[in-house]
Amino acid sequence: MENELLIVLLIPLLAGIFNIFLWRNIPGQKVVFFLSTIVMVLAAANLLYSVTINEVITLQSAGWEAPFGISLVADYLSALMVFLTALMGLIIGVFSLFDVDKKRMQFGFFPLFSFLLFSVSGAFLSGDIFNLYVWFEIMLISSFVLMALGNTKPQLEGAIKYVTMNIIASVFFLAGIGVTYGITGTLNMAELSVLMNSVDDPNLILLAMIFFFIAFGVKSAVFPLFSWLPASYHTPPVAITAIFSALLTKVGVYAFIRFFTLIFNQESQFTDYLLITTAATTMFIGVLGAAAQMEFRKILSVHIISQIGYLIMGIAIGTKMALTGVVYFIVHIIFVKSNLFLISGVVNRLKGSFELKKLGGVYGKYPFLGILFVISAFSLAGFPPLSGFWAKFALVLAGLEAKEYLLVFFALITGFLTLYSMTKIWNEVFWKKDPKEEETDEINEEEPVNIKLKMIPVAFVTIIILALGVFAEPVFSFAEMTAEQLLNPHIYIDAVLGLDQ
Amino acid sequence: MEDVLPFLIGGLYGGGIYLILHRSFVKLIIGLIILGYASNLMLFTISRITRGAPPLIPEGATQLTEPFADPLPQALVLTAIVIGFGIQAFAIVLIKVGYLTGDTDDLDKLNTTDRLD
Repeated sequence: MENELLIVLLIPLLAGIFNIFLWRNIPGQKVVFFLSTIVMVLAAANLLYSVTINEVITLQSAGWEAPFGISLVADYLSALMVFLTALMGLIIGVFSLFDVDKKRMQFGFFPLFSFLLFSVSGAFLSGDIFNLYVWFEIMLISSFVLMALGNTKPQLEGAIKYVTMNIIASVFFLAGIGVTYGITGTLNMAELSVLMNSVDDPNLILLAMIFFFIAFGVKSAVFPLFSWLPASYHTPPVAITAIFSALLTKVGVYAFIRFFTLIFNQESQFTDYLLITTAATTMFIGVLGAAAQMEFRKILSVHIISQIGYLIMGIAIGTKMALTGVVYFIVHIIFVKSNLFLISGVVNRLKGSFELKKLGGVYGKYPFLGILFVISAFSLAGFPPLSGFWAKFALVLAGLEAKEYLLVFFALITGFLTLYSMTKIWNEVFWKKDPKEEETDEINEEEPVNIKLKMIPVAFVTIIILALGVFAEPVFSFAEMTAEQLLNPHIYIDAVLGLDQ
Repeated sequence: MEDVLPFLIGGLYGGGIYLILHRSFVKLIIGLIILGYASNLMLFTISRITRGAPPLIPEGATQLTEPFADPLPQALVLTAIVIGFGIQAFAIVLIKVGYLTGDTDDLDKLNTTDRLD
């Protein structure tokens, strides 16, 4: 049972190491990468399946008992996130075959991708805060290199900002770990959850909480700390942006959920205010920023911020309905956002630009791509019966139940403005006439077969998005189970500390 | 020691932030490194320093006697230093390549990627 946990982590690690030895053999690297990622998806599905049976699976590394050794823990949330990581790794891996150029592949795109999947899964499974820090650092270093890979000027500029902000976040994370260890004397999340309730001085808990808030706030791009995201996310190739948008900010959100349901779950008005204010400002300012942009990828990347606001909103409200909404929203946003990025990549390949002003007429020539975009964009804006509607419906309902009317108001406004940004992309890219219609478009005629191939991953994700909306019931009930487990931390604690035997 | 170190840590944090606020690439990276040191030292100090009492069980006894030095923070700091070293090495190379490609070492000139156009 424990091995299921370990296999998910070992597969991408071994694939990454193996691919370093195949440095010059790109076809070999592709074979290793795809084999390993397919196996990883299966292993993650298996982990998800056995978590639904056993509730929480723990692995005490090297057999050291829980508070002393390093624990790896898979509960519903972790297993779900690991499964999504593996699945997105596979889908975007397929897309990257057509998107990432040969030079980047020669400089280790595939091993880095494997290491990224490895570290993100590890962060989801870690049951120890220092271990979480280490996973974060592995994730950072792989994402740093992926961000800068190719050495183009905008990429380097974006990477410098990204690296600076994230190193500062790590510094805060480490300080938070120091304070936490100083007041409780443990690093194990389950034991921390118990010991935090016996700390005499609530101000010390607040101090630790603030440090972690800043650290995870930078990673997940919440309101005052998001500046690295609009500066860097649109610079690398679309496949890399897509995997970043699917995984990196979600790791920050996952850490928020884990810490605020398990460790900092004491009654504190300050924490509530902090989270609620952050949620409202993050979603509103994020969507305003997106509305101002005039470049396909920039609109999408700035828009990530407003979606993070919704997730923080659910964490801030913290009721069962709200957390159900958060879990469903994470699943929805990982697929939808990545799919929109992939579509922007396809459009770029067709028209050779990301600038809205230079684009146009895509719907006329490629109606299928237009339909794929509309489904994803409407889902993002929250049209019934697509997945975004159910996600926002749950969050808004939870907000109304908790009488957070102002927050709900901001959420609804954000939904409208989301629709505005998506309509802008639709009008400019797909609907209006191509501004360079008169000129002959060489890029256009070059590779129709390649374009069809590129659309396969996009179409696949679109089918998932449609399924998420139409068959929302099973996903929603799983999200409900997850929320229930998050709200009863003793299940997690008993499983990790071995109290249930 | 415990009376002196907090001032040192505060000084390091202050110095690190002061350097980050400069425009120069090199000062930025030195500032980041100093911030890393400050956090490592804080992690080390905050978990209570004990001198001359290794956590070894004396012969004949079955339990440790208080006070003893906690070995865990030292292990944590060691790990953090190693990780920080790797990240800093990467950041230095990145900044060097950024300098060569962009032909500037003024951070204020790095404003092309988030400009509205």
